[in-house]
Amino acid sequence: MPNPMPAPTEEEIRDIVAGQLHLEGPLLPILHAVQRSFGHVPQAALGVIAEALNITRAEVHGVMSFYHDFREVPAGRHVVRICRAEACQAMGADALAARTLEKLGTAWHGTTANGAVTVEPVYCLGLCACGPAAMVDNRVVGHVDDAKMDTLLSEAGA
Amino acid sequence: MRIWVPRDSAAKALGADAVAEAVAVEAAARGLDVQIVRNGTRGMIWLEPLVEVEQDGVRIGYGPVSPGDVPALLDGKMRSLGPVEDLDWMQRQDRLTFARVGVIDPLDLADYEAHGGLAGLRRAIAMTGAEIVAEVTGSGLRGRGGAGFPTGIKWNTVLNAEADRKYIVCNADEGDSGTFADRMIMEGDPFCLIEGMAIAGLGVGATRGYVYLRSEYPDAIAVMQAALRVARGAGVLGPDVLGSGTAFDMEIRVGAGAYVCGEETSLLNSMEGKRGVVRAKPPLPALEGFLGKPTVVNNVLSLATVPVIFEKGAAHYAGFGLGRSKGTMPIQIAGNVKRGGLFETGFGMPLGDLVNEVAGGTATGRPVKAVQVGGPLGAYFHPDQFDTPFGYEAFDRAGGLIGHAGVVVFDDSADMLKMARFAMEFCAVESCGKCTPCRIGAVRGVETIDRIAQGDADAIALLADLCETMKDGSLCALGGFTPFPVMSALERFPDDFGRQREAAE
Repeated sequence: MPNPMPAPTEEEIRDIVAGQLHLEGPLLPILHAVQRSFGHVPQAALGVIAEALNITRAEVHGVMSFYHDFREVPAGRHVVRICRAEACQAMGADALAARTLEKLGTAWHGTTANGAVTVEPVYCLGLCACGPAAMVDNRVVGHVDDAKMDTLLSEAGA
Repeated sequence: MRIWVPRDSAAKALGADAVAEAVAVEAAARGLDVQIVRNGTRGMIWLEPLVEVEQDGVRIGYGPVSPGDVPALLDGKMRSLGPVEDLDWMQRQDRLTFARVGVIDPLDLADYEAHGGLAGLRRAIAMTGAEIVAEVTGSGLRGRGGAGFPTGIKWNTVLNAEADRKYIVCNADEGDSGTFADRMIMEGDPFCLIEGMAIAGLGVGATRGYVYLRSEYPDAIAVMQAALRVARGAGVLGPDVLGSGTAFDMEIRVGAGAYVCGEETSLLNSMEGKRGVVRAKPPLPALEGFLGKPTVVNNVLSLATVPVIFEKGAAHYAGFGLGRSKGTMPIQIAGNVKRGGLFETGFGMPLGDLVNEVAGGTATGRPVKAVQVGGPLGAYFHPDQFDTPFGYEAFDRAGGLIGHAGVVVFDDSADMLKMARFAMEFCAVESCGKCTPCRIGAVRGVETIDRIAQGDADAIALLADLCETMKDGSLCALGGFTPFPVMSALERFPDDFGRQREAAE
């Protein structure tokens, strides 16, 4: 995850949007591209996107807020996702998640006080035969127990 | 000497990258000439990282391997599992869709061709669109995403639709817990999916394809994107597919974390840049799909099975299976099991054999309490129902569904009231909000189950009534099928719904 950075300028946003306009149905690719660059989709981007696609700002907001992936504010430096789906539950994911949240002193979607880690639920990483599963940024981890989670969290600086 | 270390996410999640690095370092230290191939997974996840070493042309397996085991492995001092192909798990399967997964280097097109790849596409190029569609119809292939709709009939509708543009859309939004077959194909044999989509394009007259791939699968996204570049470079995709004079190209679209986008109409809305809200049918996507044009929407497994049907013939494929459930099904065994992974077999194996013999029972060693088949919208089966043969019709008769063929096993520590509550909670979180039975029903469902948990016996009838409404009144499978896990838990595990009541009294 990128470090906090200065607010993007309208020109920077416009460039990113322009890079996706040739696609059929470009709105999701645009939102992904903006988030990839800035770590979130800043409010300032909504108007730029709306103008480029000739739709209303409310429509852009409606789409963005529908999907779990898009953030209105930046996450912590690392995002730890813990699978909550049934196969991982069968291997004790509920207890693992509860202990992790307690250790970090935050609720789901919360960020640690030092800004290092945001913790989120995820419903299936496709690691259902080696649960409980987690993902740190884009790195997958299986058979996560308390000790493994402690290592992941300390590596992430939590 | 060739050494295979899988690059599949499940292998990576268990440390395969560190093992591959250790193999490289230790081999160099020993002056060994080693070629490391990062293959897909064989599907024996309990053995991952499963390293294979070529000895006299035979691939000998070792696993699970940790980086610390690598010196012994290279010095021939680690105990082997024997030839991987001879392992019981492999021998008991009929691998058609997954024939190459774990065997080849996923991004090596020559390796793909050497293992039967592109033979199907070459055969299809010599056929007319109608002949291609007839071949798929003759194979008996049914939609592997869950609904089980005959693939050939869907293709035929698109073939006969008049339009200036048609699309092939691959549904790779594999969100069901307990399923990972789509991911395994995309990471382990991406050209197979590409070839299947190209054949679909030739068949129905579509020149453009999309793979809608969930964002939770970053490794699959990376492999698919790399494979598209290779395929384009080799002329498998592009303006003149393998010299056929016909164009077909495709791109990857990344989802954004909405489970409901696995529903085909919601997926199409999402691809068009809208909220992933379900569309009422009709019109069918086959007539008015992506951007209002005729569109084939098929699951990864359906499309990835097409090449082998063309390579070996429809009759060969239809020769496997049970009754109207023809062919093979890649079954994914997951949750609390001793041996979890992917097991492709003809339809018809009893559920109990899968759980007890193939999977070897639970990982914890405790008795099996419940098995959920078909993802979060699938029913919970009781061990009393273990004689149910794995197939669309048999599971329907038993009050369940096979869905995407995920089998999730729970031991006796599972609380089925909690699982029923989770099903409703999940539906509430993921509902697209278009229809009332799903949007409101799921929230009321959580509340009603909480009342049952607090000992309110009257709430049980209310829950049954609510489930009936959701089943009959929802627009899509999310609201319509959530009653499966809820009611099956309630009916087959009544003790879990009465225990709290006795405690309260």
